Amino acid sequence: MSRRIWDIPGGIHPAENKQQSLQSRIITANIPAELVVPVQQHIGAPGKPCVDVGDKVLKGQVIAEANGFVSLPTHAPTSGEIIAVESRPVQHPSQIDGLCVVIKTDRNDQWIDHCAISDYQSQERSDIINAIRQAGISGMGGAGFPSTIKLGIPPDVKIEQLILNSAECEPYITADDSLIQERADEVVAGLKIMQWLVKPKETLIGIEDNKPDAIKALKLASADSDIEVVVVPTKYPSGGEKQIIYLLTGKEVASGGLPSDIGVICQNTGTAYAINRAIHFGEPLISRITTVTGDAVANKGNYEVLLGTPVDALLSQAEAKFDQASRLIMGGPMMGFSIHNSAVPIVKVTNCLLAPTKKEIPEPDAEQPCIRCGNCTQVCPAGLLPQQLYWFSKSNELEKAKHFNLADCIECGACSFVCPSNIPLVQYFRFGKGQIRKQEAETKKADQARERFEFRQSRLEKEEREKEEKRKARAEAAAKKQAAKKAAAAENPATSESGSTLSTGTEPTASTSATTKLKSTWASTTKRWKDAEKALKIAEKNGNDHIEALQKKVEQLKAKADNAKLLYDEAKATDEANLNNVSDAAAPTQTTTLSENDPMQTLKQASADDFNAWKAAQEKTQAAEVNPSNGVDIELLRKAETEAKDKSTASKAAMKEARAKEKEAMQAKKAAEDPTKQLKMDAAITRTKAKKALKALESLGEDHKSYDALKTAYEKAQTAAKDAELALKAAEEA
Amino acid sequence: MSVLHVTSPHVHRPFTMNALMRHVIYATIPGLIVLTALFGWGTLINVIFASLVAIATEAFVLKLRNRPISLSIRDGSAVLTAVLLALAIPPTAPWWLTIVGIIFAIVIAKQLYGGLGSNPFNPAMIGYVLLLISFPLEMTTWIPAYTTEGVTSIPSFAQSFTMIFGSVDRSIIDGITMATPLDTFKTYAGNDLAKLQSASVLQGSFAGAGWEWVNVAFLIGGIYLIARKIITWHIPVAVLSSVFLFAGIFHIIDPDTYASPIFHLFSGGTMLGAFFIATDPVTAATSNKGKLIFGALIGFLIYVIRAWGGYPDAVAFAVLLLNLCAPTIEYYTQPRAYGHKKANSGITK
Repeated sequence: MSRRIWDIPGGIHPAENKQQSLQSRIITANIPAELVVPVQQHIGAPGKPCVDVGDKVLKGQVIAEANGFVSLPTHAPTSGEIIAVESRPVQHPSQIDGLCVVIKTDRNDQWIDHCAISDYQSQERSDIINAIRQAGISGMGGAGFPSTIKLGIPPDVKIEQLILNSAECEPYITADDSLIQERADEVVAGLKIMQWLVKPKETLIGIEDNKPDAIKALKLASADSDIEVVVVPTKYPSGGEKQIIYLLTGKEVASGGLPSDIGVICQNTGTAYAINRAIHFGEPLISRITTVTGDAVANKGNYEVLLGTPVDALLSQAEAKFDQASRLIMGGPMMGFSIHNSAVPIVKVTNCLLAPTKKEIPEPDAEQPCIRCGNCTQVCPAGLLPQQLYWFSKSNELEKAKHFNLADCIECGACSFVCPSNIPLVQYFRFGKGQIRKQEAETKKADQARERFEFRQSRLEKEEREKEEKRKARAEAAAKKQAAKKAAAAENPATSESGSTLSTGTEPTASTSATTKLKSTWASTTKRWKDAEKALKIAEKNGNDHIEALQKKVEQLKAKADNAKLLYDEAKATDEANLNNVSDAAAPTQTTTLSENDPMQTLKQASADDFNAWKAAQEKTQAAEVNPSNGVDIELLRKAETEAKDKSTASKAAMKEARAKEKEAMQAKKAAEDPTKQLKMDAAITRTKAKKALKALESLGEDHKSYDALKTAYEKAQTAAKDAELALKAAEEA
Repeated sequence: MSVLHVTSPHVHRPFTMNALMRHVIYATIPGLIVLTALFGWGTLINVIFASLVAIATEAFVLKLRNRPISLSIRDGSAVLTAVLLALAIPPTAPWWLTIVGIIFAIVIAKQLYGGLGSNPFNPAMIGYVLLLISFPLEMTTWIPAYTTEGVTSIPSFAQSFTMIFGSVDRSIIDGITMATPLDTFKTYAGNDLAKLQSASVLQGSFAGAGWEWVNVAFLIGGIYLIARKIITWHIPVAVLSSVFLFAGIFHIIDPDTYASPIFHLFSGGTMLGAFFIATDPVTAATSNKGKLIFGALIGFLIYVIRAWGGYPDAVAFAVLLLNLCAPTIEYYTQPRAYGHKKANSGITK
């Protein structure tokens, strides 16, 4: 039976080093004292632990449930007690810990009740697929993709070829080889289940020609079936999924596509075996064959090991000499990861554990410059130009890297293998891919943000429009109403004019009231002075002893009255100045504050003086009361005292009021500290005023009585608005 | 337990840059032997002298650039440049010519661009072209090959040594030198048929006297390179096919003016250029399709310059001109990647 083999481009022939681990039959690994079972041993979502610390579990019992479609359950590999559900070091490229269920084994290895599915062909297809899924079976070759996602393709997808990948092209690894040699029947039985599930036109087993015993065993096991064993030449990486598909069918999986797109399903040897165990024996996937090899290992061979067995436990059984190992590799020498911690557990995809000596795999030599020799291009199985991708990845030219199909790199490592400059090309490509992923995620995020922003903008605009329309309607109604009112009270155009001064009106008004107060103070002081003078005259007439004191008092009061007059005049002048400054919106607060400071001082002085005067008058009255002999008119003195008291109270009140006013002015000043803000407000207010005035003006006929008055008001408002605008501009520029 | 963290792949082919350069140098040995046999010890002396100058120059510049000296010297690239330049210049070239050429090649053409891997032009050819246009007399006169009719002896070792390091009196050397076959053909072709037919340097076994064996030797060395997978067949085959094709066409049209394709293939630096110069990976195209285009254009330019240009040979010019084009060729000759219907071209989408 000869069949065409489509040779893959490129490829390399590294030293195979497979014989070392094929010297004995499969060895059953010891049950370790502790199993560390990660809940994620597959691509997709981690399983959800469903056991608690202290629980006793039996072999095959579910310890973590599938958590979503691309997820799988995890089973206890042996019986024992759960002692922890926690993060533990696992094999991860970024050395990130993973959630693990830790089982203290009881060495009884006691199975949970389980039963085989007899005669699966009479069952529903979906039941069998579910059984495989429940057994936790994922691809056991590399990525660990849940197998049922491949097998559970919709019935309308026609599968032409079902391929069992037994190429095992990577050096050192013999796990599949030994499994086939010893249990070919079971592998083929598993393949037959898959065959029944996907009903392919043809079923092929691809195997490299360096495994004659396995080929013999497979041919024997599949003799009575339509399964065809296809022997391909030994070349790395013919066991890559895309490569074995091309080798056997000449078909290429489209970039970014899946094999099922071209009617192909490819499964791993170990997976077929696991499916057989799951269906014919009812056993979930709890163990696997792992090659333990490398010159630092004394008992090289293939071990059937429970999942979750720590690497060091397995290596101890294989009598590895840790001090001789140059590194510890999980997987093969071409694509495996060097592990950072020998406590990490064996998982479903661990096909090899390699502990080479320093002589066997020395430390990498220093990286030298790329001389573009093109050896990498010659060996690349994906048809890429690795030396170009290297430049692009190194210089972060991601667009170019994408254009040169970096995404199609399968990271097989053939390019690095042949590089005479020892450039770790795969590492650069992983970095480049990571950068592209990051960039794409960021672009996506930015796009989403932009969409959100644009949506918000349009929503706000819509709302604004609606608001504007409502406002217009309201304004029209108000204008009508006002027009009616205006018509009624046409004589009084002041409303709109007072409006124009309202913006700066609060302070002048306040200061005006203060001025009024000062005026009354002046008046009352003058009155008291006159009264005191009267009293003095009377005292002179009566020849009083206290004439001198009274004279002094009169003089004091006179000075006070003069002072009060001065104060009043000053305040009046300031008020006038303020009123003149009303249209100058830029500096009203400042002017008022400045002009306010002086009167404040004088007011304070006046209040203090009045108080003193009152106290003096009081003293005098009291003295007169004590010595009433000298014919002093006590009544008069009392009156003077009361008056002085009143005066003092009044001036105190004036001062208090002035103080409150000052506070107000300070606050206004504070608000004005952001001058543009204040000015903006002012400008907006004056503008609105001007608009309103215009509207009111428009609603009136030209022949209306108050038209002229309104027009003047409007012009004033407009000037005010303009001034405010100018001030704002000036402030903004400043 | 060592927990050295190294990413895959963990194994490497034990084939270093040094080995690569060394194999190229080994491949020049047949050519070197034939050159020595036909023209005396001059070429061998030049090769050794040029190598020493190149190592010294490289070490000096690396020190100035603060780069690891021994690692870079050990890669063998400087020695290879020196060997190729020394093979290209006449065996009578004075010592200072070699020094000028090597210093220019190593310092200007290689290290100033960033050293190995970063030079856009083939350093040996830059050195060669500098010498050719600066010192045309010294660079174009060769002593006749031993197999040339009328030549009874080749210079002894002492004579060769004196010619290179000794007297600067060119008249002695000029007395025994002759034009090369390519030069002779260029001089007489199309205007003096009688001289063309009688010129002794053109009376070789199947091409110019002596030069045909030099080219055969380099062809053997080139085949060794392909067999050892140091180079691929693409560039040499493209260069030679292209020269053969164009020479063939014009020879058929006018055999008196245009030399035969065999003469072109086995004269001057054709084989050295096709297998050793054009294949310099740093300055050539790398994709297989790109290499074919690169080589074919070199062959075309070699023929054009030889037939109608001002210089008798053209390998250096042709290679340098195509070095300029290599990056662009690269962008438009991407191979089709697995899973893609067709190849991408250009720099980005």
